[in-house]
Amino acid sequence: MSPHRKLKPDSLNPDTPSSPQEKLKFLVFSLAVLAAPWPLAGGYLTNVLIFVGINSMLALGLNLLLGYAGQISLGQAAFFGLGAYGSGVLTTRFAMNPWLAMAVVAVSVAAFAFAVGFPVLRLKGHYLAMATLGVGVIAHIAFNETVDLTGGPSGLSGIPNLAVGSFQFDSDLKNYYLVWGFALVAVLLSLNLVDSRVGRALRAIHDSEVAARVMGVNARLLKVQVFALSALLSALAGSLYCHVMTFISPTSFSFHVSIELLTMVVIGGLGSVYGSILGALLLTLLPEMLRAFQDFDIVFYGLLLISMTIYLPGGLVRGIPALFRRLWPVRRSHA
Amino acid sequence: MLRLSGIGKRFGGLTALQEISFRVAPASITGIIGPNGAGKTTLFNIATGIYPPTEGAVLLEGKDISALPPEKRARLGLVRTFQNIELFGKMTVLENVMVGLHTQTKSGIFACAFRMPWQLREERSIRERAKRWLDFVGIAELAGVEAGKLSFGKGRLLEIARALALDPKLLLMDEPAAGLNSKETQELAKLIKSIRDRGVTVALVEHDMDLVMEICDSLVVLNLGSMLAEGTPKEIQDNPAVVTAYLGEE
Repeated sequence: MSPHRKLKPDSLNPDTPSSPQEKLKFLVFSLAVLAAPWPLAGGYLTNVLIFVGINSMLALGLNLLLGYAGQISLGQAAFFGLGAYGSGVLTTRFAMNPWLAMAVVAVSVAAFAFAVGFPVLRLKGHYLAMATLGVGVIAHIAFNETVDLTGGPSGLSGIPNLAVGSFQFDSDLKNYYLVWGFALVAVLLSLNLVDSRVGRALRAIHDSEVAARVMGVNARLLKVQVFALSALLSALAGSLYCHVMTFISPTSFSFHVSIELLTMVVIGGLGSVYGSILGALLLTLLPEMLRAFQDFDIVFYGLLLISMTIYLPGGLVRGIPALFRRLWPVRRSHA
Repeated sequence: MLRLSGIGKRFGGLTALQEISFRVAPASITGIIGPNGAGKTTLFNIATGIYPPTEGAVLLEGKDISALPPEKRARLGLVRTFQNIELFGKMTVLENVMVGLHTQTKSGIFACAFRMPWQLREERSIRERAKRWLDFVGIAELAGVEAGKLSFGKGRLLEIARALALDPKLLLMDEPAAGLNSKETQELAKLIKSIRDRGVTVALVEHDMDLVMEICDSLVVLNLGSMLAEGTPKEIQDNPAVVTAYLGEE
């Protein structure tokens, strides 16, 4: 008999909220988020961190789809835009209550994604990428061309801030807590989801769709469900974005944005909830530093994507700990 | 239990299977044997709904399931293992078996995201039952290991545990002994018999004749996509047509 190789337990899914240290991790993360504006004293960086929060929700939505279920979407900007324009149009042109508008839009966009998802998610790989890209391009054209509703290329202005009673979310600091409140809930629910019956089924589809189906997993339905969920998160992010900005225009929802989101997820770590946040943080701060390159920043994203997939395919969230282990190997006591 | 009736399969101009008809008796072990290229795996793929037959029907307990996708067949109790082991490689051993309990549980996307009380109860029960299946095949100590890191033999056991978690009526095993050493094969024989003794009907494709002759109650022999013979292991061993197909003419 060959000597039995001793295998050590792995912590494969870095986000398993059932264990106490994962609960602690979420608590520390939440406290860090809540405390972050303090040292910044409401300055310019607080404003940037609002967009980190919005991008985190978008990246999280894409990561559930791509990192967990293994299905690519290059059309996430469409759902982001539908959320923003939905809320923007309903609150300005129809004077709807912003919170009600947000809920109506989120549910409608999820239903729309569900309907689109059924034919589109039958496709795989490159074909799926092309089809979702098509959805993104069509939505972008629609934002530009329906001038009566959206204001077209010149944008939609006069969108009200969100408010609770007489309390207006009208400063960077207030909006920071508004957006991150939503983002933290999204993180918590995602952590719950990925370590559950549904989350395991999603990861199973990713690893071997045939085996998942033979195990009784309705892969087609589940893929469409998670696609709709990612659209729902994107639409909520869009609604928040429009109320924070009070002005939106189609350029914020172009193909470019979908690629940025993809880069965030890959850089942060596919299949990691916290990786999505890390990716969103880096890729939101980075353009602030890359202002000088202007339109060439997409070249930079491309290079970043290529080098990450070659050198750190697990993303920073796994790559950094691995790097530390290599630099300072921990001598483990014999188990 | 399972009845195949006039199954034929053509891939373009190539006829992979024709006129395959046989029954798998309840609580028996049926072996499907034949030289390479006889169409054994194709037959399994048709039985489990990976692809449809060109002609003929698949009946499970008298019900025509020919048009059902694999996930629906799994819910009816028809499960399989794969020749090259199809594990969920990036998930833990325990999680693999937990996926096997998917059909017997029902928490949806919202119940899971919001950790509803009944979802937490269900989750505990999934974990308990998955552990028991790992115990049953004897790899409980590997529960926390990444499935992709298992040796071939342990991976095979995991695949069987995962399939059993579905509480199948009929388990199809595609070359379960392939890649196993003789000791592992002996343990596998014991395991397959104990699965049958639990009331699960087993059908297997296998090349290891010692194993087949030892554990199977009846055998079906395929050659070049057609049925060559059917009978007990003893009858098959004495069948001149089978001997010719395997060893060639003298």
